[in-house]
Amino acid sequence: MNDNARFVNRKELMGILVLAVLLVVILPLSLDVFRLNLVAKYLTYAFVALGLVICWGFGGILSLGQGVFFGLGGYCMAMFLKLEASSPENTKIQSTPGIPDFMDWNQITSLPLFWKPFHSLTFTVIAIIVVPAFFAFIIGAAMFKRRVGGTYFAIITQAVAAILTILIVGQQGYTGGINGMTDLRTLKGWDIRPDHAKIVLYFFEVALLFGCIFIAQFIRRSKLGRILVAMREKEDRVRFSGYSVANFKIFAFCVAAMFAAIGGAMFALNVGFMSPSFVGIVPSIEMVIYTAVGGRLSILGAVYGTLLVNFAKTSLSESFPELWLFGLGGLFIAVVLAFPNGLAGIWGDYIQPRIDRLFASRKSGSDPKADSKNGKSFGPVADGAPAE
Amino acid sequence: MFGDYSIGDLGSIFVMQGFAGLILFSVYVLMALGLAIIFGQMGVINMAHGEFMILGAYVTWMTSNFFQAFLPSLFSGYFFVAMILAFFASGALGMLVEWALIRHLYKRPLDTLLATWGLSLILQQAYRSIFGAREVGVELPQWMLGSQKVTDSIEVPINGIFVMCLTLLITIAVAYVMYKSRWGRQVRAVVQNRIMAGAVGINTERVDCYTFGLGCGIAGIAGSAFTMIGSTGPTSGQLYIVDTFLVVVFGGAASLVGTIASAFSISQTQSTLEFFMSGSMAKVLTLLAVVGILMLRPQGLFALKVRK
Repeated sequence: MNDNARFVNRKELMGILVLAVLLVVILPLSLDVFRLNLVAKYLTYAFVALGLVICWGFGGILSLGQGVFFGLGGYCMAMFLKLEASSPENTKIQSTPGIPDFMDWNQITSLPLFWKPFHSLTFTVIAIIVVPAFFAFIIGAAMFKRRVGGTYFAIITQAVAAILTILIVGQQGYTGGINGMTDLRTLKGWDIRPDHAKIVLYFFEVALLFGCIFIAQFIRRSKLGRILVAMREKEDRVRFSGYSVANFKIFAFCVAAMFAAIGGAMFALNVGFMSPSFVGIVPSIEMVIYTAVGGRLSILGAVYGTLLVNFAKTSLSESFPELWLFGLGGLFIAVVLAFPNGLAGIWGDYIQPRIDRLFASRKSGSDPKADSKNGKSFGPVADGAPAE
Repeated sequence: MFGDYSIGDLGSIFVMQGFAGLILFSVYVLMALGLAIIFGQMGVINMAHGEFMILGAYVTWMTSNFFQAFLPSLFSGYFFVAMILAFFASGALGMLVEWALIRHLYKRPLDTLLATWGLSLILQQAYRSIFGAREVGVELPQWMLGSQKVTDSIEVPINGIFVMCLTLLITIAVAYVMYKSRWGRQVRAVVQNRIMAGAVGINTERVDCYTFGLGCGIAGIAGSAFTMIGSTGPTSGQLYIVDTFLVVVFGGAASLVGTIASAFSISQTQSTLEFFMSGSMAKVLTLLAVVGILMLRPQGLFALKVRK
């Protein structure tokens, strides 16, 4: 059996294990709860970055509107939490008890219809997945069926992000406006604000993240992933071979949207609020840079890239707020010009071969080639090369 | 929604809003012209276009301060000097950027998007460090203030008329350069078939560099005109960039006529709707309509047929 048939090969499994040890053991033990909560916040972006690896890295579809799906997921979650936080007992002082406070401030006297189903947690969880996927499907179907792609698609998704932001900010009475939905308190009676809840949520999020990593890995290893890559490289040939290119693109885009939405929902839970500043164009492009820094072809790289850029952002903008934008801008340019495959590319090109050599010289009996042929877990070439 | 107004009132409303739309139209056209040249002709997504525009605005602001301090007698004409300076400042920066950054990325259009976004962040922070985070406004010369009364209920601001005339002149100039001059022919040749253009002796790299510079220079002029109607801050450029891209895409990327037509329809729709509903909803509806039409007709209003 060759390695391709298997779902993960040894080297990829090692990579996943290292990440698991880092996230499950090292970070929780070494950071206090405040910092751990920050990591949890960063990891919510890692979901988006992971989705972008599938959609942009594998499929070659650059979406600059992932913030839309992050926002949709986040707002679905936040609506549920907000409804629970504004029970009639909690909101006795309002002129209309039982509706969220921002509605009361905006002279809305009854709960709007589209808010009502969000009383139910089951509905909310389904909505978190389905609503963004549905949106992605509409956008994707409209664009890809007409063979619109590349830069046009990027611009249109960007416009969608702009539209949603303006809409959320403008419809203050229904969405909380520019401040977003704040003061989220409990999930089914379980307080999400104290320290132990934050820790539980962190581990829950890490588990979800690994679920998504495995899905991404599965897609990449399956025939579907091969077709996505083939499509990126030579779309017409895939079309001439009889595949429906548009459907594969729509699928990749929908998966990316779902991942982003899960990230958004976890964001609302972990951070305790949701606002339009995570929906618009600027956050959407920042999410792309996480993927680019980590390596657009690397599933694990997306997670590392997100963590690194965000750590750098937090520490730099705390100490040198002026420098941060220069740093971020420079990072964009450097990644694009010098390291198109990001950290994962650097790892695969420079570090991994040395490690391989180190191991190979130690146990000269084993055959290092067997691994390095298919096993470049981060490698840029392994995905694109028609070496099958 | 029309019930409360008489026919005459409605006429005036449409004229006044139409005029406000025309000013918006002028800014869109000026910005989109530069972008249409860069994106339409070269296929480069220049996310820093707004920042080139803001550079022009800051140059204008500095020129006006300079004239106020040292040449107060010539103040009424400072704007023309400022405009030329803005064109050359933005154009020179554009050529520098093309040389340092863009030319390495022609084969990867999506990556130019990320790189120029990085550039825009750097420029924004540079403006903030140099000029301060507060918005600055230029002082208009006396002859540009006030407004012209057309009828009893309709009056139009003079600076708006000036900006519109300016837009018209620049559009004509750009059309002439692109469609009549030798250089414009070279640009279009490179767009249509780079390899053949190179084969017949056109220095395609130099054409690229000048094209990018010209696009950025026009953005600089747009910024200059922008100071006439609004104040300038480090992030003002970002407000317009998505709209402008939509204008260019909606018009059909390689068509100047399309750009102008789409700028006109988008700005008119928006300003007319703005009177009847909140500004944000007007914008949402306009953008939704544009995105909707683009989904049905992805090539834009006017598509140039090129054999690839």
